[in-house]
Amino acid sequence: MTDPILELRDAALGYGNRTLWSHLNLSVGPGEFLAVLGANGSGKTSLLQTILGLQRLTSGEVLVGGQPARRGSELIGYVPQQRRIDPQTPLRARDVVGQGIDGHRWGIGRPSRARRAQLDAALASVGASAYADLPVGVLSGGEQQRIRMAQALAADPQLLLCDEALLSLDLNHQAAVTALVDRRRRTAGTAIVFVSHEINPILPYVDRVLYLAGGRFRIGTVEEVMTSETLSALYGMQVEVLHSHGRIVVAGIPDVHVHSHDHDEVSLS
Amino acid sequence: MSIWHRIFDFSDYSALLPLVQNSLIAGIVLGVLCGLISTFVMMRDLPFAVHGISELSFAGASAALLGGVSVVLGSIGGSLIAAAIIGVLGIRARERNSVIGVLMPFGLGLGVLFLSLYNGRSGNKFGLLLGQVVAVDTVHLGYIIWTAAIVIVALAVLWRPLTFASTDPEAAAARGVPVRLLSPVFMLLLGVTVAVSIPVVGALLILSIVCTPAAAAMRITASPAVVPLLSVVFATISTTGGILLSLGADGLPPTPYITTISFAIYAICRTAGAVRARRGWARRRDVAVTAPVPDLG
Repeated sequence: MTDPILELRDAALGYGNRTLWSHLNLSVGPGEFLAVLGANGSGKTSLLQTILGLQRLTSGEVLVGGQPARRGSELIGYVPQQRRIDPQTPLRARDVVGQGIDGHRWGIGRPSRARRAQLDAALASVGASAYADLPVGVLSGGEQQRIRMAQALAADPQLLLCDEALLSLDLNHQAAVTALVDRRRRTAGTAIVFVSHEINPILPYVDRVLYLAGGRFRIGTVEEVMTSETLSALYGMQVEVLHSHGRIVVAGIPDVHVHSHDHDEVSLS
Repeated sequence: MSIWHRIFDFSDYSALLPLVQNSLIAGIVLGVLCGLISTFVMMRDLPFAVHGISELSFAGASAALLGGVSVVLGSIGGSLIAAAIIGVLGIRARERNSVIGVLMPFGLGLGVLFLSLYNGRSGNKFGLLLGQVVAVDTVHLGYIIWTAAIVIVALAVLWRPLTFASTDPEAAAARGVPVRLLSPVFMLLLGVTVAVSIPVVGALLILSIVCTPAAAAMRITASPAVVPLLSVVFATISTTGGILLSLGADGLPPTPYITTISFAIYAICRTAGAVRARRGWARRRDVAVTAPVPDLG
């Protein structure tokens, strides 16, 4: 087996005396699609923050490409939570993608033919060439999310982290964005860590699931994790998982109000 | 003499022009400086912070006037204190606005107190609030030029990460941009810019060259290279145009001319932007309209 791109060894994270998760061992290889599911406040976003080197583990290690996680790693592309970009933002779609290439470097930067070619390729790869020169603020939510995807992929990362990248997108755009992610890992071998509260849009592509809930977690294939027994054990109460027409419906999950940002209830339907 | 003739009077113009040489240089330098900083003020949504800084800067300047020390240094002192408080306490927008709302009347009140205690020329009193471009002396001009040089160099170095952090802080942080550090650093740059501008354009009217120029530019372009350029051009036209127009008008300060030109430019840009939006700024290239979603498996 090839070396893992992302590795967590006996990792634990908590705030104060509250532990989000502990004894987490995880290894994600090239081209693998890992879905991170779970209730709000279960530490999904915090997991991404530790991989990005923006937050420290309480104990254990995170390795990215064999090295301890650090801020600004060139190996990682990151797609933040979907939210509207301000209409007055003085950037065109191509400028937003360009930030993924050299937005973190000091100085003003100079245009070059190589940079332009790299930008055009990144825009084309997400099907955004047609609106590359429009102000990013006038684009639709789905178009903006494609641009964010292009930004995250522009520097050719080996690991792509998506944090609720599908939030508030309609079904067509959800399908388009997840298909982009899937194509990327197949063509470039990029490992995917996809945080979501909904599994159905990504169900066709997921290799493994990391499910976080109630201070516990479970890692395995969709068939192993998304069962009534497993989720009932995680939540410590009776949870029904129904498979119907290629969709998974979870019923009976308690409303969780801890650290909830966008949604008050957990929905996996 | 009609009011109109009092507002626009160009007799003896050639004789008057040399008198405002310092002011004109100050106007150009401030136009470039404020035009650039204005781009980030708009990007970071800080117009209210500018107002807050300028009131405390006004308090510092009036304290200096009362104490008989350099008004510019007092102004810089007040504005650095304000920038530090806002930078440290106001990380989040909502908190920032309440901190500014609390600071602003306090600063203005202090300034009024110091000015009331001051027995010197009354022209100086209103000058700090409303501007006195004609009174730029060589020492003050030196402050302006040095500050502008330092701030412009700093902005050039910080340009890309500051743009990234201002438009998408989460993605910028993930890419390794020191987002939390850039916030107070920018406040500092904004603070000194406001401080050297206040004795010229006035604490109450500073937004006309630190907010309006980029706000106008952003109405007609989204290019991150064109916005600062236009913003600089707009700010410089406002300052120099205001100084030149007020020159002939006996007894009238340049400030109303500056603010009116600045406002007119904004109104024109806003109209042009609205017309363009109606014609479809958001119109895709033809391929997008006809082509289906490109192959997405």
